[in-house]
Amino acid sequence: MAIYGTGILAASLLIGLLSGRLIGWLVGLNANVGGVGIAMLLLIFCTDCLRRSQRLKVPTENGIAFWSAIYIPIVVAMAASQNVLAALTGGAVAVVAGVLSVLACFALVPLVGRLGGDRSVVNEKKSPL
Amino acid sequence: MSLLEAFEGVFVKYSLVTAFAVVGLMVWFSYVLSDRLTKGRLHGSAIAIFLGLALAYLGGLFTGGQKGIADVRALSGIGLMGGAMLRDLAIVATAFGVRMDEFRRAGLSGVVSLFAGVVTSFGVGIGVAYAFGYRDAVSLTTIGGGAATYIVGPVTGSAIGASSEVMALSVAAGLVKSILVMTLTPFVARYIGLDNPRSAMVFGGLMGTTSGVAGGLAATDPKLVPYGAMTATFYTGIGCLLGPSLIFIVVRALV
Repeated sequence: MAIYGTGILAASLLIGLLSGRLIGWLVGLNANVGGVGIAMLLLIFCTDCLRRSQRLKVPTENGIAFWSAIYIPIVVAMAASQNVLAALTGGAVAVVAGVLSVLACFALVPLVGRLGGDRSVVNEKKSPL
Repeated sequence: MSLLEAFEGVFVKYSLVTAFAVVGLMVWFSYVLSDRLTKGRLHGSAIAIFLGLALAYLGGLFTGGQKGIADVRALSGIGLMGGAMLRDLAIVATAFGVRMDEFRRAGLSGVVSLFAGVVTSFGVGIGVAYAFGYRDAVSLTTIGGGAATYIVGPVTGSAIGASSEVMALSVAAGLVKSILVMTLTPFVARYIGLDNPRSAMVFGGLMGTTSGVAGGLAATDPKLVPYGAMTATFYTGIGCLLGPSLIFIVVRALV
């Protein structure tokens, strides 16, 4: 049944968020450290186990796949509920700081992408070094 | 009660359903525009996100609220649909079908990108604040935090005792960043090699703003979303950890 999939998804998110809070609490922070990331790993792990033992039925998969498919509309709704006015009228220092930090980080993407990790992955994409 | 009020009552009571219908219409309209005007060159989801931001601007202008178009009573469900709860549920769902070894292969550069991203954003923010005449370590660090994300800024600020005016600036800096990442990513993706899981993880770690990364990658290539979201989710925590401690201490020593 579809609800099994949605249930696994929801439980993964909750356990992930609780773990994130726990990590935050342990380091003395009132914030969630990596909760969503932990939840993603949990979901991958759970569905992988179920698939291997052939207990992951198609309706169960659909219960997860729906939420994955509805992701972009949710992001559109998220964009529509941002405080865009405050961002644009927050003052020059805010706009300049925001713009420059985005540009600096964009520039770092190819640099950091080349650091660490095995070369083979990089070589697949980029022609001879 | 006028008929208009009676109608509004339906939209308010069934707010989430209204949101599904309205967002569905927006996405459809955006994909039509993408096909007809740009022949598919500009991704439909990029147009939809931009349309969402434009609506949010109008919402703020007309209602004076802080939640964009969701402050219009009949459209309050958009706030629920795009809020942290459903957003995080959907982000986790995108991980379904992702292979574990993809994460493992990019693991180290993901971690490097997190620290590089937090330090770079703080550095740029602090530099800009300094250029604008701020000289006290508390204000500099708080605005630097805002250049990381709009959560890191106020969390750092309240931990080290920043004024509310500086905290508002740091939130605004974070909002500018998140909106820019949402809108610019599809345009710069080609130039920064953002076309594989590994660079998506690096991207998520460097940018850090969950909403920005979620929107930017969705508009570029939805397949990359889980990788970017995975690292971005650690960013705010690390920023909140480093901001009021290590970074504040370094800034205080420098000024």
